[in-house]
Amino acid sequence: MSSSPEQTALTIIDQLPVLTVVVPMLAAPLCVLFGNRHIAWIITFLASLLSFLFAFHMLFQVLDGDVLSYHLGGWAPPLGIEYRIDAANAFVLLLISGISTVVLPYARKSIEHEIKKVSHTLFYCCYLLCFTGLLGMVATGDAFNIFVFLEISSLSTYVLIAMGAERDRRALTSAYDYLILGTIGATFFVIGIGFLYMATGTLNLADLNVRMAGMEDNRTIQAAFAFIIVGMGLKAAIYPLHLWLPSAYTYAPSVVTIFLAATATKAAIYVLLRFMFSVFQPDFIFELNTLTWIIMPLAIVAMFAASLIAVFQTNLKRLLAYSSVAQVGYMILGMGLASTTGLTATIVHLFNHGITKAVLFMVVGAFVMRTGSSFAKHLTGLGKQMPLTCGAFVIGGLSLIGVPGTAGFISKWVLIDAAFQQDLWWLALLIVASSLLAVIYVWKMVEVLYMQPAPEGVIVKDVPISMLVPMWLMAIACIYFGLDTDLTLTSARVAAEGLLAGGSN
Amino acid sequence: MSMEFILGHLNYWLFIVLMMIGFYIVVSRGNYIKKIVGLNVFQASVFMFYISISNVTGGTAPIFPVDMNIDPDVIYSNPLPHVLILTAIVVGVATTSLGLALIVRIREEYGTIEEEDILEMDSAAQASENLKEGSSMGGRA
Repeated sequence: MSSSPEQTALTIIDQLPVLTVVVPMLAAPLCVLFGNRHIAWIITFLASLLSFLFAFHMLFQVLDGDVLSYHLGGWAPPLGIEYRIDAANAFVLLLISGISTVVLPYARKSIEHEIKKVSHTLFYCCYLLCFTGLLGMVATGDAFNIFVFLEISSLSTYVLIAMGAERDRRALTSAYDYLILGTIGATFFVIGIGFLYMATGTLNLADLNVRMAGMEDNRTIQAAFAFIIVGMGLKAAIYPLHLWLPSAYTYAPSVVTIFLAATATKAAIYVLLRFMFSVFQPDFIFELNTLTWIIMPLAIVAMFAASLIAVFQTNLKRLLAYSSVAQVGYMILGMGLASTTGLTATIVHLFNHGITKAVLFMVVGAFVMRTGSSFAKHLTGLGKQMPLTCGAFVIGGLSLIGVPGTAGFISKWVLIDAAFQQDLWWLALLIVASSLLAVIYVWKMVEVLYMQPAPEGVIVKDVPISMLVPMWLMAIACIYFGLDTDLTLTSARVAAEGLLAGGSN
Repeated sequence: MSMEFILGHLNYWLFIVLMMIGFYIVVSRGNYIKKIVGLNVFQASVFMFYISISNVTGGTAPIFPVDMNIDPDVIYSNPLPHVLILTAIVVGVATTSLGLALIVRIREEYGTIEEEDILEMDSAAQASENLKEGSSMGGRA
C-alpha cells in the first residue's frame, strides 16, 4: 500500500490497528483526571472492552492470510511507522485484550482487599498503561516502536508490582530487582536495534527482512541477533533469565499477577517469534545454531528444573510462578523446532497457557481474599467451604497438566506432533515426562484443598459473584478450547505460516 | 590489529568501555542508589553509540536553511538516531525517577538501602515463614 489519495478517506474500520492501542492509552490519563475510583474502573473496563472488540474484528479480517497495514500519520513505510497486523499479532492482541476484559470485573473486589482505596485510581491508570504497552508491542511493525511500548509496559509493571507492598514489603525489593533486570534487558534490545539500523538503515520489520537477505555473514547482524534475543529473553523469562519472575509474581497484588502471568511474557514471546522468523531467517546458520543448541536445551531445562522447583513450594503463588517459567519452556521449545507445526504449538500454547494461568491465579487471588494467605497450610479443606472457587482450580490444574478435553492438552498435542515430524521421539517423551511433574504439584494442591481437614471453627465463604463469574468464564474457556479447537488452531496455523513467510507477503 | 583499525573504531571502543563500566557498577555495588547510577551510565553508553553511528563524514547538523534553499552539495548527518535517542533519554529519565521513588519506599520500609542488609532481612523473613508454613525451596531467586 502506498500513500495514495484514497488514504485520506479512511473509515473507522481502517483505523482499528491504531485504535486498539490508542484507546487505552488515552483512557489512562482520563482515569487520573476524574480522580474517582468507580469512574476510573468504568473507563478502564470500557477501554479494555473496546480493544477486545477491535482485536476480535481484526482477527477475522486477517484469518485468510491478509495483512492490515496502517501508516501512522499517513507516512508510508519504511520511512513512517507502520502498524502491521497479521494473524500472529491479531491472535496475541485478542489474548491480551480478552484476558484484560475478563480480569477487570474480578479486579474491582480483589484490589479493595489488597490496595488502599486512595490508590485505586492510580492503579487503574497504571494498569491501562501496562495494557497499552503490551498491545503496542504486539501491534507495531517498527522495531524502535517495540522498544518504546516495551518500556511503557515495563515501567507501569514495576509500579503495579510495588503496589503489593501493603501486604508484604518484599514487593518493593522484587519490583526494584525487576526494574534493574528489565532495564538491562530493554537496553540490550535497543543496542540490538541500533546494530540492525547500522547494517540495514531501516527500522521497519518487514523492510529489515528484505534488506537483510544475504547478509548472513555480517558480524553486525549477528551481534544484533544476540542482543535482541537476550534482551527480549529477559522479558519473556526464558529459563536462566527468569530470576525476576517468581518474586515479582509472588508479592504483586493478585490482580496484577493474573494479568502479568497471562499476558506480559506472552507479548515478549511474540516479539521473539517475530524477530526470529520474520526479521531474521531460520536459514541463517547462526540462527539455526542458536535455535538448536541454545534455545532448545534451555527450553528442556526450563520444563524440568522449574517444574521441579514448583513441586517443593508451599506458597501457591510462588508455585504457579515457577510453573509459568516451565510453561515458557514449552513455548520456546516449539520455537526451537523452527517448523510450521512447532510455531503453531508455540502460538496455541501462548493462548491456552494464558487462559489456564488466568484461572489458577484468579483462584489464588480468591484464597488470598478469604483466608489472607496463599500458603498451602492456610488453605486446607477449602474444597468444601469454597466449592466453586476450588472447582475452577481443578479445571485450571487439569489444563495445566494437559489432560485431554482441556486447552492444555491441545497445545501439548501439537508440540508432540511437531517433535514427531522431525523424528525427535525422545523430545516427545521429555514433554510427557515433564507434564508428569505438573501432575505432582497440581495434585499436591488438590490434596490440600480436598483431602485435608479444615481448621476447626473457621468458616470461609465463597468469593462474591463478580469474582466467580470471570473465574468460571476462564475455566469454561479452558474446556471449550480443549474441545473446539477451530479458532485457536486455525489462527495459530495461519499465524505460524505468516511468520515463516516473513516480510514477503 | 593496526593502529588505523583502533582509531577508526574509536567510538565503539568508548561505547564498550562505558557500557562495561556501567554494567559493572550495577552488578558489583550493593547500594541501591549506586546501582541506579550504574544503570544510567550503561544507558548513556547506548545513547552515545546511537549518536555516533549517525555521524556522516564531513556532515553538518541536519537542519535545513530557513528559506528552504537546500544546497545539494551540503552533506547532512543522519537525524533519525538523534530522534530515537531523544525518546530513549526520556525513557531513561522515567526509569531513573521510578527507581529512585522505589528506593525511597524501600528505605521507609526497611530502614536501609544496602542490598546486603535487605537480603539478610528478607531471608530472615523467609526463614520464619518456612518455620510457620513448612519449608519451601528457592528464596528470593
